[in-house]
Amino acid sequence: MQGTNIILVLVVLTNLKLLGSSRVGSSIRVVAAQGVVLGLLPILAHAHEISWRYAGLAVGTVALKGIVFPWFLFRAVREAEVAREIEPFVGYVASLLAGVSILAVSFWMCTRLPMPEAIASAWLAPVAIFSIFAGLFLIVSRKRAVSQVLGFLVLENGVYTFGVGVAPQASLLVEAGVLLDVFVAVFVMGITIFHINREFDHIDTDRLSSLKD
Amino acid sequence: MLFALAFLALGAVVTLLINHHDPIVSWLGAGSVVVAAVLGSIPAVQVMAGSSLVERFRMPWPIPMGEFFIEIDPLTAWFLLPTLLLSALSAIYGVGYLRRWQGRRGLGPVWSFYCLLVLSMTLVLLARNGMLFLFAWEVMAVASFFLVTFEHESESVREAGWIYLVATHLGTAFLLAFFLLLARDTGSMDFTVWAAKGVQAQRLASILFLLAVIGFGTKAGFMPLHVWLPEAHPAAPSHVSALMSGVMIKTGIYGLLRTFTFLGAPPLWWGWGLIAIGLTSGVLGVLFALAQHDLKRLLAYHSVENIGIITLGLGAGLLGVSTGSPVLIVLGFGGGLLHVVNHALFKGLLFLGAGAVLHGAGTREIDHLGGLLKRMPWTAATFLIGAVAISGLPPLNGFVSEFLIFLGAFKGGISAGGAIAVPLFALIAGLALIGGLAAACFTKAFGIVFLGEPRSEHASHAHEADWTMRLPMLILAVGCILIGLFAPVVVGSLKTVLENITKLQPATVSGNLAATTSPLSFIVLGAALFLTLLAVLILLRRHLLARRRVEADITWGCGYAQPTARMQYTASSFAQPLTDLFGPLLGTKKKISPPHGLFPEEAALKTTTPDISHEQMYRPVFERINEWLSRLHWVQHGKVQLYVLYIAVTLIVLLVWKLR
Repeated sequence: MQGTNIILVLVVLTNLKLLGSSRVGSSIRVVAAQGVVLGLLPILAHAHEISWRYAGLAVGTVALKGIVFPWFLFRAVREAEVAREIEPFVGYVASLLAGVSILAVSFWMCTRLPMPEAIASAWLAPVAIFSIFAGLFLIVSRKRAVSQVLGFLVLENGVYTFGVGVAPQASLLVEAGVLLDVFVAVFVMGITIFHINREFDHIDTDRLSSLKD
Repeated sequence: MLFALAFLALGAVVTLLINHHDPIVSWLGAGSVVVAAVLGSIPAVQVMAGSSLVERFRMPWPIPMGEFFIEIDPLTAWFLLPTLLLSALSAIYGVGYLRRWQGRRGLGPVWSFYCLLVLSMTLVLLARNGMLFLFAWEVMAVASFFLVTFEHESESVREAGWIYLVATHLGTAFLLAFFLLLARDTGSMDFTVWAAKGVQAQRLASILFLLAVIGFGTKAGFMPLHVWLPEAHPAAPSHVSALMSGVMIKTGIYGLLRTFTFLGAPPLWWGWGLIAIGLTSGVLGVLFALAQHDLKRLLAYHSVENIGIITLGLGAGLLGVSTGSPVLIVLGFGGGLLHVVNHALFKGLLFLGAGAVLHGAGTREIDHLGGLLKRMPWTAATFLIGAVAISGLPPLNGFVSEFLIFLGAFKGGISAGGAIAVPLFALIAGLALIGGLAAACFTKAFGIVFLGEPRSEHASHAHEADWTMRLPMLILAVGCILIGLFAPVVVGSLKTVLENITKLQPATVSGNLAATTSPLSFIVLGAALFLTLLAVLILLRRHLLARRRVEADITWGCGYAQPTARMQYTASSFAQPLTDLFGPLLGTKKKISPPHGLFPEEAALKTTTPDISHEQMYRPVFERINEWLSRLHWVQHGKVQLYVLYIAVTLIVLLVWKLR
């Protein structure tokens, strides 16, 4: 129980850090750290019944989220030569404040949501929802394609948090499927970023509106 | 049957995988369809022969209210046989027809979608679960859409595909409502439950009837809903047009017939409604066909006409059910059902023939063709048989089914009161008019395309199709003749399916069918005598002329020193008296610049007949909708962030609304 809560707090803190940081490189590192921490979650949340399934899920998560994705993103960033997010739609301080209010709203929401009995921690659902909304917020408020990929990863981390927390109820197979989806998505996005950069000399998604129908 | 389905699925996957290996992909695609057709026909024939061994297969399917439940009953078998036959023949034809594109583009997708189309049509006929039916119905629509847009490089093909897609989805929307209402009323998606329970409330039954007529009618091509037919059929590759026109639109008729088994006793106005629809589709269909210059478009309008004839049969049958008149039921439904098969044969044949003309001469414009009889004798002969059959002339198959409907309407009309007799006599008059106009139309089509002299370079260099294309046409032509010659036997085979859908006593059904045997045999005999006489006369002529010198000159030569091909009748001039007579209905636009002076240099005539319901009904409505929706255009601005914001806001609003 204690370990789970520490992880959840770390997740909240990393999310807030992401909302408030402008450097792309450190953001990737933060997301990687969040991935590693979350990789430990299935083991800690179900400490009383360690099984191969949870161990496998943990290893897979750490490998993908902690190593493969960051490596991909660093490569994309290096090729596109972006160091920092510039002129986001919402400023960093404002983002932080928004993040805190999202956190509050998430906790309020979870008082109203019907929860399954065997949930690992009372904080699990609010933190999961907070991650989802924080990810969406990142996607909406940032301009760089890389930042949006990061937002997408955070969103998925939220889904993952909830999925692992209630793993006995939700099938692990689903979780593995989501992981695979994300892998493909990040793969595609990495390639897309590279190509956008090559065609347009920038990766500012708000300037891609000329591509619309 | 399951093996057949599996073969089709396999064909669809494999052809997609080996996209670029040209001859192999064609043969594999066609081969899997042929094998599936053979496998699938076996149980269908067994069921038709009255075997009690009805094939049935059910398997749970993880979709709400869905179940993989298929079954072959006589009604399914009756539609299944022509579907499989024409699919297989068109597939063989397709091997030759698509050879033109070999090397230029991968033929994998077109074969894959072809297999998928056959698979989905078969499933539509087999399905006994509403969800499965709708699923197969949608796959059918999408697969045929991709086949229609095979030549997507051309603007007009894309336009046609678009019209087809919109039309078919509007139809499906009505079907969705239809199925959901039925499911809510009975609490099940199972066809067997629906058929057993029936719909009790009269008002609900009528609403369901209207939904089914619109939904299935869009696919079948009832007159105001037919707009996609004359667009999509010419655009598709010819073997696909044959399949779509020959059997795919019949799934609409199948759906309607299946619906009647759910809805309980029909009120009188259903029959009247169907007869009115049939008359409109039939008469207007053939009139528009008469005014067309594009061979495949002409055939597409004839599909509308023939669907009209089938609907007339169904309408007469429904009137029979409402009034409890067995002769109307048996002959009405029987004629309609037989016409389904007949139309599959001769319309398939005609579309394949038109494809061979397009393939050989490179154009579909009737006025650019001519004289193909000498250059493409096989195509011409089979096309002639198809043309005679579709005009409903004895002794070919088109005559038999129309004759059944005529006979039913006469017998039912004479003995009944005004409310029944009036629509029935309207039916007789209308059917006669349709037959006459169809004959005129095909005289025009055959005469201009195959007789006379070539009207263009293309036509004079036309070449005959190869055996893969000739063989299917030949088989279909033989089928048309056989059904005509063995009419009494074929009519007898309707017994099982009629017992199945009408729930009449077997003795009543066979008694009423047997009553048609003597006039049919009489006519067949007469026709056989006539043909023998003709053969004798031909032999006699040959014998008499054997020792003399016979001089052959070009057609319409009239002894002029320098006749030209332009002195011939054209399609427009041939049809002009009739199109003028029905001018108010057709709205043909003419642009004439008549010759002037003693030595006129330039003169031109251009006629176009736009589709009346397309121009008057749909275009204004869709333009209005488009105008209205364009006000929402600011929503689509190309900013990814805001698109995600839309999703996020929707999610949050839904969540908050639920938690409130």
